[in-house]
Amino acid sequence: MSNTMKSVAIAGAVAAALVGQSTTTAEAAAKEKCYGVSLAGANDCAAGPGTTCAGTSTVDYQGNAWTLVDAGTCAEIELPAMADGTPREGSLEELSRDLPA
Amino acid sequence: MTVSQTEFRTALLDPQRAVPAGLQDASSGPAGARFSVYRNNVVHSLTEALATAFPLVRKLIGKTAFDQVAGLYVRSHPPVSPLMMFYGDSFPDFVAGCEPLAHLGYLADCARLDLALRQSYHAADATPLAPEALQTGPDTLMAMHLHPAPSTRVLRSSWPLFDLWRFNNVENAPKPAPGAQDVLITRPDFDPLPHLLPPGGAEWFRALSDNASLSQAQTIATENTPSFDLAATLSLALSTQAFAAL
Repeated sequence: MSNTMKSVAIAGAVAAALVGQSTTTAEAAAKEKCYGVSLAGANDCAAGPGTTCAGTSTVDYQGNAWTLVDAGTCAEIELPAMADGTPREGSLEELSRDLPA
Repeated sequence: MTVSQTEFRTALLDPQRAVPAGLQDASSGPAGARFSVYRNNVVHSLTEALATAFPLVRKLIGKTAFDQVAGLYVRSHPPVSPLMMFYGDSFPDFVAGCEPLAHLGYLADCARLDLALRQSYHAADATPLAPEALQTGPDTLMAMHLHPAPSTRVLRSSWPLFDLWRFNNVENAPKPAPGAQDVLITRPDFDPLPHLLPPGGAEWFRALSDNASLSQAQTIATENTPSFDLAATLSLALSTQAFAAL
Protein backbone atom coordinates (compact mmCIF):
# COMPACT_ATOMS: atom_id res chain seq x y z
CA MET A 1 0.00 0.00 0.00
CA SER A 2 1.42 3.41 -0.91
CA ASN A 3 1.84 5.94 1.83
CA THR A 4 -0.91 8.15 0.43
CA MET A 5 -3.27 5.20 0.20
CA LYS A 6 -2.48 4.21 3.75
CA SER A 7 -2.91 7.76 4.97
CA VAL A 8 -6.35 7.92 3.39
CA ALA A 9 -7.26 4.50 4.79
CA ILE A 10 -6.22 5.40 8.31
CA ALA A 11 -7.91 8.80 8.21
CA GLY A 12 -11.10 7.16 6.95
CA ALA A 13 -11.05 4.46 9.60
CA VAL A 14 -10.36 6.98 12.37
CA ALA A 15 -13.23 9.15 11.16
CA ALA A 16 -15.51 6.11 11.16
CA ALA A 17 -14.37 5.12 14.64
CA LEU A 18 -15.04 8.59 15.99
CA VAL A 19 -18.68 8.43 15.02
CA GLY A 20 -20.76 7.87 18.11
CA GLN A 21 -17.88 8.15 20.56
CA SER A 22 -18.88 11.42 22.20
CA THR A 23 -21.90 10.02 24.00
CA THR A 24 -19.88 7.21 25.49
CA THR A 25 -17.24 9.52 26.89
CA ALA A 26 -19.77 11.90 28.37
CA GLU A 27 -21.51 9.02 30.09
CA ALA A 28 -18.26 7.67 31.41
CA ALA A 29 -17.19 11.04 32.74
CA ALA A 30 -20.39 11.28 34.73
CA LYS A 31 -19.69 8.10 36.66
CA GLU A 32 -17.95 8.05 39.98
CA LYS A 33 -16.29 5.31 41.90
CA CYS A 34 -18.79 3.49 43.99
CA TYR A 35 -17.01 1.26 46.46
CA GLY A 36 -18.40 -2.19 46.81
CA VAL A 37 -20.22 -2.17 43.51
CA SER A 38 -18.68 -4.19 40.75
CA LEU A 39 -19.25 -7.16 38.55
CA ALA A 40 -19.68 -10.15 40.76
CA GLY A 41 -16.73 -12.46 40.76
CA ALA A 42 -14.82 -10.43 38.24
CA ASN A 43 -12.33 -8.49 40.21
CA ASP A 44 -13.42 -6.74 43.35
CA CYS A 45 -12.35 -9.04 46.11
CA ALA A 46 -9.24 -10.61 44.66
CA ALA A 47 -7.33 -9.82 47.78
CA GLY A 48 -8.66 -13.11 49.03
CA PRO A 49 -9.82 -13.91 52.51
CA GLY A 50 -7.69 -13.55 55.56
CA THR A 51 -7.40 -16.27 58.10
CA THR A 52 -10.34 -18.54 58.50
CA CYS A 53 -11.63 -21.07 60.94
CA ALA A 54 -13.47 -22.87 58.19
CA GLY A 55 -10.43 -24.94 57.46
CA THR A 56 -10.18 -26.90 60.63
CA SER A 57 -11.39 -30.11 59.10
CA THR A 58 -8.83 -32.82 58.59
CA VAL A 59 -9.76 -33.26 54.96
CA ASP A 60 -6.67 -33.00 52.88
CA TYR A 61 -6.41 -32.85 49.17
CA GLN A 62 -2.75 -33.60 48.82
CA GLY A 63 -2.23 -36.51 46.51
CA ASN A 64 -0.18 -37.45 43.51
CA ALA A 65 -2.92 -39.34 41.79
CA TRP A 66 -6.42 -37.99 41.44
CA THR A 67 -8.88 -37.89 38.65
CA LEU A 68 -10.88 -34.95 37.52
CA VAL A 69 -14.62 -35.24 37.65
CA ASP A 70 -16.16 -32.68 35.35
CA ALA A 71 -18.46 -31.03 37.85
CA GLY A 72 -18.28 -27.45 36.66
CA THR A 73 -19.49 -25.82 33.48
CA CYS A 74 -16.68 -27.46 31.53
CA ALA A 75 -18.93 -30.50 31.36
CA GLU A 76 -21.23 -28.52 29.06
CA ILE A 77 -18.48 -27.29 26.79
CA GLU A 78 -17.10 -29.41 23.99
CA LEU A 79 -14.02 -27.91 22.48
CA PRO A 80 -11.61 -30.16 20.63
CA ALA A 81 -8.02 -29.05 20.27
CA MET A 82 -7.74 -26.32 17.69
CA ALA A 83 -7.39 -27.44 14.11
CA ASP A 84 -4.16 -25.52 13.68
CA GLY A 85 -2.61 -27.61 16.42
CA THR A 86 -1.18 -24.60 18.23
CA PRO A 87 0.84 -26.03 21.11
CA ARG A 88 -0.28 -25.03 24.54
CA GLU A 89 2.02 -23.10 26.79
CA GLY A 90 3.52 -24.62 29.86
CA SER A 91 4.81 -28.10 30.46
CA LEU A 92 4.36 -31.07 32.70
CA GLU A 93 7.75 -30.62 34.30
CA GLU A 94 6.67 -28.06 36.84
CA LEU A 95 4.10 -30.31 38.44
CA SER A 96 6.25 -33.43 38.59
CA ARG A 97 9.11 -31.42 40.04
CA ASP A 98 6.98 -29.95 42.77
CA LEU A 99 5.24 -33.08 43.91
CA PRO A 100 6.63 -34.62 47.07
CA ALA A 101 8.56 -37.84 46.55
CA MET B 1 11.73 -24.01 71.10
CA THR B 2 14.10 -26.20 69.14
CA VAL B 3 12.53 -26.16 65.71
CA SER B 4 14.35 -24.60 62.79
CA GLN B 5 12.49 -22.39 60.38
CA THR B 6 13.25 -24.86 57.59
CA GLU B 7 11.76 -27.76 59.53
CA PHE B 8 8.70 -25.72 60.39
CA ARG B 9 8.16 -24.58 56.81
CA THR B 10 8.69 -28.03 55.32
CA ALA B 11 6.17 -29.61 57.67
CA LEU B 12 3.77 -26.72 57.14
CA LEU B 13 3.51 -27.44 53.42
CA ASP B 14 3.49 -31.23 53.59
CA PRO B 15 0.70 -32.86 55.61
CA GLN B 16 2.41 -36.23 55.32
CA ARG B 17 5.19 -35.05 57.58
CA ALA B 18 5.06 -35.42 61.33
CA VAL B 19 4.54 -32.39 63.53
CA PRO B 20 8.04 -31.00 64.12
CA ALA B 21 9.43 -32.30 67.37
CA GLY B 22 10.05 -29.58 69.89
CA LEU B 23 6.96 -27.54 69.04
CA GLN B 24 5.12 -26.83 72.26
CA ASP B 25 1.71 -25.56 73.15
CA ALA B 26 1.02 -22.93 75.82
CA SER B 27 1.35 -25.40 78.67
CA SER B 28 4.70 -26.69 77.38
CA GLY B 29 3.23 -29.95 76.11
CA PRO B 30 3.76 -31.18 72.54
CA ALA B 31 1.94 -29.02 69.99
CA GLY B 32 0.46 -32.08 68.30
CA ALA B 33 -2.84 -31.51 66.57
CA ARG B 34 -2.58 -27.77 67.06
CA PHE B 35 0.09 -27.68 64.40
CA SER B 36 -2.02 -29.80 62.06
CA VAL B 37 -4.92 -27.40 62.46
CA TYR B 38 -2.67 -24.47 61.66
CA ARG B 39 -1.18 -26.33 58.70
CA ASN B 40 -4.60 -27.02 57.31
CA ASN B 41 -5.73 -23.43 57.82
CA VAL B 42 -2.76 -22.11 55.89
CA VAL B 43 -3.57 -24.25 52.88
CA HIS B 44 -7.29 -23.71 53.21
CA SER B 45 -7.07 -19.91 53.33
CA LEU B 46 -4.69 -19.83 50.36
CA THR B 47 -7.03 -22.14 48.46
CA GLU B 48 -9.87 -19.74 49.23
CA ALA B 49 -7.76 -16.86 47.98
CA LEU B 50 -7.11 -18.70 44.72
CA ALA B 51 -10.81 -19.46 44.34
CA THR B 52 -11.53 -15.74 44.65
CA ALA B 53 -8.73 -14.91 42.26
CA PHE B 54 -9.66 -17.40 39.52
CA PRO B 55 -13.46 -17.43 39.34
CA LEU B 56 -13.66 -18.56 35.72
CA VAL B 57 -11.37 -21.55 36.26
CA ARG B 58 -13.25 -22.49 39.40
CA LYS B 59 -16.59 -22.31 37.66
CA LEU B 60 -15.33 -24.38 34.75
CA ILE B 61 -13.98 -27.30 36.76
CA GLY B 62 -16.14 -27.01 39.88
CA LYS B 63 -15.24 -26.61 43.53
CA THR B 64 -13.95 -30.13 44.20
CA ALA B 65 -11.50 -30.24 41.31
CA PHE B 66 -10.48 -26.64 41.85
CA ASP B 67 -9.66 -27.25 45.51
CA GLN B 68 -7.54 -30.23 44.50
CA VAL B 69 -5.54 -28.24 41.95
CA ALA B 70 -5.28 -25.28 44.30
CA GLY B 71 -4.07 -27.53 47.14
CA LEU B 72 -1.23 -28.75 44.95
CA TYR B 73 -0.43 -25.24 43.81
CA VAL B 74 -0.39 -23.46 47.16
CA ARG B 75 1.94 -26.09 48.64
CA SER B 76 4.38 -25.91 45.76
CA HIS B 77 4.01 -22.15 45.21
CA PRO B 78 3.43 -20.49 48.58
CA PRO B 79 3.12 -16.70 48.52
CA VAL B 80 6.32 -14.70 48.13
CA SER B 81 4.59 -11.48 49.13
CA PRO B 82 2.06 -10.67 51.87
CA LEU B 83 -0.03 -8.83 49.26
CA MET B 84 -2.59 -11.50 48.51
CA MET B 85 -4.05 -9.44 45.67
CA PHE B 86 -1.01 -10.41 43.63
CA TYR B 87 -0.92 -14.08 44.64
CA GLY B 88 -1.22 -16.74 41.97
CA ASP B 89 0.55 -15.14 39.03
CA SER B 90 2.15 -18.48 38.18
CA PHE B 91 -1.12 -20.39 38.52
CA PRO B 92 -1.97 -20.24 34.78
CA ASP B 93 1.29 -21.97 33.87
CA PHE B 94 0.72 -24.47 36.65
CA VAL B 95 -2.72 -25.27 35.24
CA ALA B 96 -1.18 -25.67 31.78
CA GLY B 97 1.14 -28.32 33.18
CA CYS B 98 -1.42 -30.09 35.32
CA GLU B 99 -1.91 -33.54 33.82
CA PRO B 100 -5.41 -34.26 35.18
CA LEU B 101 -6.58 -31.06 33.47
CA ALA B 102 -4.85 -31.71 30.17
CA HIS B 103 -8.12 -32.58 28.42
CA LEU B 104 -9.35 -29.03 29.08
CA GLY B 105 -6.85 -27.35 26.79
CA TYR B 106 -8.47 -23.96 27.18
CA LEU B 107 -8.25 -23.88 30.98
CA ALA B 108 -4.81 -22.24 31.20
CA ASP B 109 -5.93 -19.39 28.95
CA CYS B 110 -9.02 -18.97 31.15
CA ALA B 111 -6.67 -18.69 34.13
CA ARG B 112 -4.69 -16.06 32.22
CA LEU B 113 -7.91 -14.16 31.64
CA ASP B 114 -8.79 -14.27 35.35
CA LEU B 115 -5.29 -13.05 36.20
CA ALA B 116 -5.33 -10.29 33.59
CA LEU B 117 -8.68 -9.02 34.89
CA ARG B 118 -7.25 -8.87 38.40
CA GLN B 119 -4.06 -7.15 37.24
CA SER B 120 -6.16 -4.66 35.32
CA TYR B 121 -8.17 -3.93 38.44
CA HIS B 122 -5.04 -3.16 40.45
CA ALA B 123 -3.25 -1.19 37.70
CA ALA B 124 -2.53 2.52 38.02
CA ASP B 125 -5.13 5.11 37.04
CA ALA B 126 -4.77 7.12 33.87
CA THR B 127 -6.81 9.81 32.18
CA PRO B 128 -8.37 8.15 29.13
CA LEU B 129 -7.68 9.37 25.64
CA ALA B 130 -10.42 11.73 24.46
CA PRO B 131 -11.61 10.74 20.98
CA GLU B 132 -11.36 14.39 19.95
CA ALA B 133 -7.58 14.05 20.10
CA LEU B 134 -7.84 12.08 16.87
CA GLN B 135 -9.67 14.84 15.03
CA THR B 136 -6.63 16.04 13.19
CA GLY B 137 -5.02 15.96 9.76
CA PRO B 138 -3.97 12.71 8.04
CA ASP B 139 -0.26 13.42 8.40
CA THR B 140 -0.51 14.03 12.13
CA LEU B 141 -2.62 10.88 12.47
CA MET B 142 -0.06 8.76 10.63
CA ALA B 143 2.71 9.86 12.98
CA MET B 144 0.59 9.69 16.13
CA HIS B 145 1.52 7.38 19.01
CA LEU B 146 -1.28 5.92 21.09
CA HIS B 147 -0.43 4.40 24.44
CA PRO B 148 -2.57 1.73 26.08
CA ALA B 149 -3.69 2.65 29.59
CA PRO B 150 -1.90 0.85 32.45
CA SER B 151 -5.08 -1.14 33.08
CA THR B 152 -5.34 -2.33 29.46
CA ARG B 153 -4.49 -5.97 28.78
CA VAL B 154 -4.49 -7.93 25.53
CA LEU B 155 -4.65 -11.71 25.52
CA ARG B 156 -4.14 -13.89 22.47
CA SER B 157 -5.67 -17.34 22.57
CA SER B 158 -6.02 -20.22 20.17
CA TRP B 159 -9.27 -21.00 22.00
CA PRO B 160 -12.59 -19.11 21.96
CA LEU B 161 -11.50 -17.31 25.12
CA PHE B 162 -14.04 -14.50 25.03
CA ASP B 163 -16.94 -16.88 24.42
CA LEU B 164 -15.72 -19.08 27.27
CA TRP B 165 -15.80 -16.08 29.60
CA ARG B 166 -19.19 -14.92 28.32
CA PHE B 167 -20.76 -18.37 28.60
CA ASN B 168 -19.83 -18.43 32.29
CA ASN B 169 -20.65 -14.80 33.13
CA VAL B 170 -23.53 -13.66 30.96
CA GLU B 171 -26.93 -15.20 31.27
CA ASN B 172 -28.13 -17.12 28.20
CA ALA B 173 -24.84 -16.57 26.37
CA PRO B 174 -24.24 -19.08 23.57
CA LYS B 175 -21.95 -22.05 24.04
CA PRO B 176 -18.40 -21.46 22.85
CA ALA B 177 -17.71 -22.79 19.38
CA PRO B 178 -14.21 -23.86 18.27
CA GLY B 179 -12.02 -21.02 17.05
CA ALA B 180 -9.32 -18.63 18.19
CA GLN B 181 -10.23 -15.37 19.92
CA ASP B 182 -8.18 -12.46 21.18
CA VAL B 183 -9.43 -10.52 24.17
CA LEU B 184 -9.05 -6.88 25.13
CA ILE B 185 -9.41 -6.04 28.81
CA THR B 186 -10.02 -2.44 29.78
CA ARG B 187 -11.13 -0.65 32.93
CA PRO B 188 -13.31 2.25 31.88
CA ASP B 189 -15.42 2.72 35.01
CA PHE B 190 -13.10 1.32 37.67
CA ASP B 191 -14.06 -2.27 36.95
CA PRO B 192 -12.30 -4.25 34.23
CA LEU B 193 -14.23 -6.04 31.53
CA PRO B 194 -13.13 -8.30 28.67
CA HIS B 195 -14.04 -7.50 25.06
CA LEU B 196 -13.66 -9.54 21.90
CA LEU B 197 -10.89 -8.08 19.73
CA PRO B 198 -11.39 -8.09 15.96
CA PRO B 199 -8.81 -10.20 14.04
CA GLY B 200 -5.45 -8.42 13.90
CA GLY B 201 -6.37 -6.18 16.81
CA ALA B 202 -3.96 -7.92 19.18
CA GLU B 203 -1.02 -7.32 16.82
CA TRP B 204 -2.09 -3.70 16.41
CA PHE B 205 -2.18 -3.21 20.17
CA ARG B 206 1.17 -4.90 20.62
CA ALA B 207 2.72 -2.64 17.98
CA LEU B 208 1.31 0.46 19.68
CA SER B 209 2.61 -0.79 23.04
CA ASP B 210 6.03 -1.12 21.41
CA ASN B 211 5.79 2.58 20.58
CA ALA B 212 4.87 2.18 16.91
CA SER B 213 3.07 5.09 15.25
CA LEU B 214 -0.44 4.61 13.90
CA SER B 215 1.11 4.23 10.45
CA GLN B 216 3.62 1.61 11.58
CA ALA B 217 1.02 -0.27 13.61
CA GLN B 218 -1.25 -0.36 10.58
CA THR B 219 1.52 -1.93 8.50
CA ILE B 220 2.29 -4.54 11.16
CA ALA B 221 -1.35 -5.46 11.69
CA THR B 222 -2.23 -5.78 8.00
CA GLU B 223 0.93 -7.78 7.29
CA ASN B 224 -0.23 -10.50 9.64
CA THR B 225 -3.95 -10.04 9.14
CA PRO B 226 -4.84 -8.57 5.72
CA SER B 227 -8.47 -8.23 6.81
CA PHE B 228 -7.53 -6.08 9.84
CA ASP B 229 -10.34 -3.61 10.47
CA LEU B 230 -8.88 -0.43 11.96
CA ALA B 231 -12.23 1.32 12.28
CA ALA B 232 -13.77 -1.53 14.30
CA THR B 233 -10.71 -2.01 16.49
CA LEU B 234 -10.23 1.70 17.15
CA SER B 235 -13.93 2.15 17.80
CA LEU B 236 -13.79 -0.59 20.44
CA ALA B 237 -10.61 0.85 21.95
CA LEU B 238 -12.03 4.37 22.22
CA SER B 239 -15.40 3.34 23.61
CA THR B 240 -13.77 1.15 26.26
CA GLN B 241 -11.09 3.72 27.13
CA ALA B 242 -8.22 1.42 26.25
CA PHE B 243 -5.80 4.31 25.65
CA ALA B 244 -4.31 6.83 28.02
CA ALA B 245 -4.45 10.52 27.20
CA LEU B 246 -1.63 11.79 25.00
